Amino acid sequence: MAFNFPAFSYIIALIVDAFLIFFSLFHVIAFDELKTDYKNPIDQCNSLNPWPILQLVLPEYLLHLLFNILFAASGEWFSLCLNIPLIAYHLNRYRTRPVMSGCGIYDPTSIMNADVLTRCQREGWIKLAFYLLSFFYYLYGYVIALERDRIEHT
Amino acid sequence: MYQPTTNMAEQNLPNGLPGPPHLENKKQNILSQEKPHYQFNGVHSSHSSRSSSPSARMGQIPSSHLPPSRPIPQSQLPPSRSPVTAIAQNVAGLNFIQNTPNTNPKFTTSSPNLQNSANFGQNSAFSPIVPTVPKQQVAQPNTELENIPLTNTNSNTLENVKYQTNTVPISAQNSTVRNPTPVNSSQITNQQLQPFSQVSNQFSSSQAYQTFQNPPQQRPTNQIPPQAPLIRTQIPTTTVTSFPNVQIPSNQSPNQPSNLPQVPIMQHHRPIGPYNVYSNPPTNEGISNVQSFNLNPNAPPKILPLNNNQSSPVTVQAQFRPSSMSSPNLYQPQINRTNGPPTTQNLGSQKANLHSNRYPVPPASNTILPHQQANLQQQNFQGTPQQQQYQNRISQPLNVYQKQVYPAQPQTEHPPQPQLGNLTQPQNTYNTQHNQYQGVAQAGFSRYWGTESYDLLQNPNVLPTIKIEAPRISLGQELLDQANCSPDIFRCTMTKIPENNSLLQKSRLPLGVLIHPFRDLSHLPVIQCNVIVRCRACRTYINPFVFFVDSKRWKCNLCYRINELPEEFQYDPVSKTYGDPSRRPEIKSSTIEYIAPAEYMLRPPQPAVYLYLLDVSRLAIESGYLHSTCSILLEELKNLPGDARTQIGFLAFDSALHFYSLAEGLSQPHEMTILDIDDVFLPTPDNLLVNLKDRMELIKELLSQLPTRYNNTFDNNSALGAALQVGYKMMSATGGRVTVFQASLPNFGPGALTAREDASQRSSAEVTQLNPANDFYKRLALECSGQQVAVDLFIVNSTYVDIATISGISRFSGGCIYHFPLFKTSNTLQCENFEKCFRRYLVRKIGFEAVMRIRCTRGLSIHTFHGNFFVRSTDLLSLPNINPDAGFGMQVAIEENLSDVQTVCFQAALLYTSSKGERRIRVHTMCLPIASTLQDIIHSADQQCIIGLLSKMAVDRSMQSSLSDAREAFINVAIDILSSYKLSLNLGSSTSGLLAPNCLKVLPLYISALLKHIAFRIGTSTRLDDRVKAMIDMKTKPLYQLIQMIYPDLYAIHNLENQEVILNSEEEPVSMPRRLQLSARCLENTGVPSYDAISDQMYEIPVLDNLRNQRLCQFINYLNEDKPFTATVQVIRDNSPNRVVFLERLIEDRVENALSYHEFLQHLKTQVK
Repeated sequence: MAFNFPAFSYIIALIVDAFLIFFSLFHVIAFDELKTDYKNPIDQCNSLNPWPILQLVLPEYLLHLLFNILFAASGEWFSLCLNIPLIAYHLNRYRTRPVMSGCGIYDPTSIMNADVLTRCQREGWIKLAFYLLSFFYYLYGYVIALERDRIEHT
Repeated sequence: MYQPTTNMAEQNLPNGLPGPPHLENKKQNILSQEKPHYQFNGVHSSHSSRSSSPSARMGQIPSSHLPPSRPIPQSQLPPSRSPVTAIAQNVAGLNFIQNTPNTNPKFTTSSPNLQNSANFGQNSAFSPIVPTVPKQQVAQPNTELENIPLTNTNSNTLENVKYQTNTVPISAQNSTVRNPTPVNSSQITNQQLQPFSQVSNQFSSSQAYQTFQNPPQQRPTNQIPPQAPLIRTQIPTTTVTSFPNVQIPSNQSPNQPSNLPQVPIMQHHRPIGPYNVYSNPPTNEGISNVQSFNLNPNAPPKILPLNNNQSSPVTVQAQFRPSSMSSPNLYQPQINRTNGPPTTQNLGSQKANLHSNRYPVPPASNTILPHQQANLQQQNFQGTPQQQQYQNRISQPLNVYQKQVYPAQPQTEHPPQPQLGNLTQPQNTYNTQHNQYQGVAQAGFSRYWGTESYDLLQNPNVLPTIKIEAPRISLGQELLDQANCSPDIFRCTMTKIPENNSLLQKSRLPLGVLIHPFRDLSHLPVIQCNVIVRCRACRTYINPFVFFVDSKRWKCNLCYRINELPEEFQYDPVSKTYGDPSRRPEIKSSTIEYIAPAEYMLRPPQPAVYLYLLDVSRLAIESGYLHSTCSILLEELKNLPGDARTQIGFLAFDSALHFYSLAEGLSQPHEMTILDIDDVFLPTPDNLLVNLKDRMELIKELLSQLPTRYNNTFDNNSALGAALQVGYKMMSATGGRVTVFQASLPNFGPGALTAREDASQRSSAEVTQLNPANDFYKRLALECSGQQVAVDLFIVNSTYVDIATISGISRFSGGCIYHFPLFKTSNTLQCENFEKCFRRYLVRKIGFEAVMRIRCTRGLSIHTFHGNFFVRSTDLLSLPNINPDAGFGMQVAIEENLSDVQTVCFQAALLYTSSKGERRIRVHTMCLPIASTLQDIIHSADQQCIIGLLSKMAVDRSMQSSLSDAREAFINVAIDILSSYKLSLNLGSSTSGLLAPNCLKVLPLYISALLKHIAFRIGTSTRLDDRVKAMIDMKTKPLYQLIQMIYPDLYAIHNLENQEVILNSEEEPVSMPRRLQLSARCLENTGVPSYDAISDQMYEIPVLDNLRNQRLCQFINYLNEDKPFTATVQVIRDNSPNRVVFLERLIEDRVENALSYHEFLQHLKTQVK
């Protein structure tokens, strides 16, 4: 069974997406901790920015971008279109991040404002849902790609 | 470092104190069941208020909290007009207003809405109503001066009795006395000055009632002659001229009729100092060298000169003699004598005026005027059948009646009469006398409740005569009302909380609280006890508003948990007996301070540690600030707050860092210079911060050398970032206060900045660069905050220093920022101001390693904080230092329906280490009732507090979005609030005019002032630094200072002898002129003999040995009483180059690009639906 490029990009997307699901779970949990006062915001932002949430941000964006580039290369336009809004959102989010020397997007001084906190948390949940759904879609896409391949070869 | 333990948030000393937190934490968990919780910093995260309503915190901000952004179409803006036409237009819209609203809720015992009882609509003829009015009017000033010997005898009830007895004679006299004899303004004012008891005397003689009926003034507005006369009418005081006796009527209280016309004006505005303008004092006995200030020679309005000369010097003297004050009779004779016709005449005319729109009342009719009726009714209110009748009609909660017999006139404001006609439909529809009576009664009621509306367009003089007091919170129980937190400390944007979010949205009012937690208090109960009683669930401190289930248990008023009461709480330390817990000071006072036991400390309380970072670059040396700073420090070294452990250190920086070692045994301070600033280190581990007492001599030596030490420097660089890093290193072991003096842009080393401001864009509509250029200072501030180090900034710049960026170091470390633009020691005014400010800064109270937690009743949540601090968790602010001049704001959201509770509470607990090394907790609790109708909500609004909160929100908006967004938001807030008010009136669209409730009538004025404030104005050249600093002030100033910043107080000081007398804090009498609107129409040109005697730089009032001068000085001192430090005084001549300093504060008038107040109102009117 040949392993064509679309199938490859789907399997990569599948794997990466699993990570992304993790990331967004982490994101949700981190903000929940903040909200429930479990963690100090400086701490949390340091862990998010430099590492988990704040710094988890850039890896997430890059990973997401990565498999979309694969989609583009393999001509999976529909899958790409599904992801374009999220890419645009990420770009915008990063472009409008608060002034800071690191590469995070969360500012410990404003993150405790209830509106910011709520927005971030909601963002986490929505992304989680999106990644989950797309996980199954990629799985489906992968099977389809293989099927297509098989039909072509037979 | 922070560790993810549950009570991490509680540790206010997170760094460098490894052990204790964990241990404590575990212990706590184990012991939590059987033992009261001990917490750090008063806040335990796992038991925080949050836990009581887990989901509550996440609420979104109701959109009502955010000013909607609604662009104003250009076409809808009023066309630009020349200033003159603007004024004329202003004038044209005016109506006669006899009652100047006078709010003086402060002293009243009743609810805010409770109006002057004198105003009750009532049925006529029998009542001696009128007398009440004067009485109240006069009484008010007296109540204000509680200590005046005379007052006490008259209780309201007593007076009522008196009136009743007088009834018959009065009515009889009514018919006879009708002709208004012109009365001198001076007479009137004299009368006003009379103490209370006088008045009552007056009433007791039937004569006093003679003159009820003045011819009603029915002048339609359009008939008013355009210019000069018009202006006269605008000014409340001037009304005296047209209606001889008018002013005295009830509401008016203390106004000082005639002063307006006379020119001298004193403006009180702190930053720049008051401007005194003297003009032509009628009797020049006073300050002879002062000259007239002719502000606006072309300004149309000249107010009719009133004769004040009649005021006899004798009278005045008597007023100022305390002894004479004690005998009420002293004054009374004068009144009657001088006034000829008793002053009460005014009532009639006033009243008539009120209703002139609605009811065609013949000018001198004998019918009883509605106003009188109102008074009558009020008098009879108790016990008369009518009472019930009225009660039935009133839809509002009536417990006020039950509570107090006659509220001492909470809000004296009386609506401009004409508007009453618009108040409700029914009134307009009936013509019969009976119905008229009803309408009047209704109007009277609405006034009684404080619910009358004002037509802003008709009534430009919205300022109350003395000062806008915070509305009272009425909880329905006198005891609780008294126990409630002072509005100076804790204030909510409304005195009644809407029962659910949709009601809040409907009212369009922002909901939030402002708090001034560390305010200097004259009386503060301090408690030292073994166990601080707190709710076990939400950790609320016990307060006056808890419920006692029985003698052993209490129910928390925030989370409703029932808690045990410790044995010792029933012990009364005063009487040394056991028994009723309500005798405890905790239950009696809502502002209280505990001396915290050891459980509230993570480490021993830190000593006071002060570090001074001095900029010694070329610009700094040129400004000469070092001389002032060092000399003040030298003088105040002994007065720095602290105990024997107090430490102090100095560090100078330009492109290098200059350390001063003050080691023991040195005869001279030892200077060490570090040139490598990229990787800073301390040249010596100790002796940089030294004990103040031990090394006093060395420190003095250093301070005397410092000013000249760098005289020859040509170093243009300033390495602020490196200096701060070093400062942080020096302080991090203990925490403390770093004071930075910065004169030039920090352009060297870490955190270097470049000049971002484009001078050509200073007046453009789009202001950029409001946000920091980098996050160096913010990050450093967070580190400082973690180590309990606060950084205060004194910016004495002459060029752009990028306050937007460097202020980060103070904003997030709980510091404060002072700004002296274009500072030069040679500028006396600035220098004096700087020195006063710095002196106050050095000696004021200070709290170290502080945290503040705000809790609120379940169902509410606090979602956005304003001020200088770092938010460490959803309700915990980390404040490395707290000072008495710091204010904070919080926006509040309603997340659950509150209809099942009666009241909600906010509690702020500030845990700090005093300069004496004591750990203390200061707790403030505010309790507010719940309201369920839109009317209630709108009428409970607190306009000043709303402005305070709005300005903070607008600053956020300008930083996050843009300045124009913030400006639009302001306008939209005004539009929305007025629209929702209109909606609540149910008037339909038929009404004309721009109606505003009594409690919000100054709001549009403030908003138009805000739009012209340095922080938010566009079109006028404004330096970026000044703008940013003004924005920071908006976020951090306590409300009373903020309001003065937004809308300075303007007083005429030429006529002090004819003013109402009030008592200052030392109980000395002070003449108090009425406040004037900030408009050129309030100024007048009169001649002054020696105009040239005022130099361009006159910064003090000469002290002369005469009465006028003493009075003036007393008045100025009185104005200074509330301020953290006395304001500097500047006397400005009309033709001096400084006149613009004064003129630019006349913010009601049209300036180049900004609408005048009247135009602004017209714009609002087109938008209000």
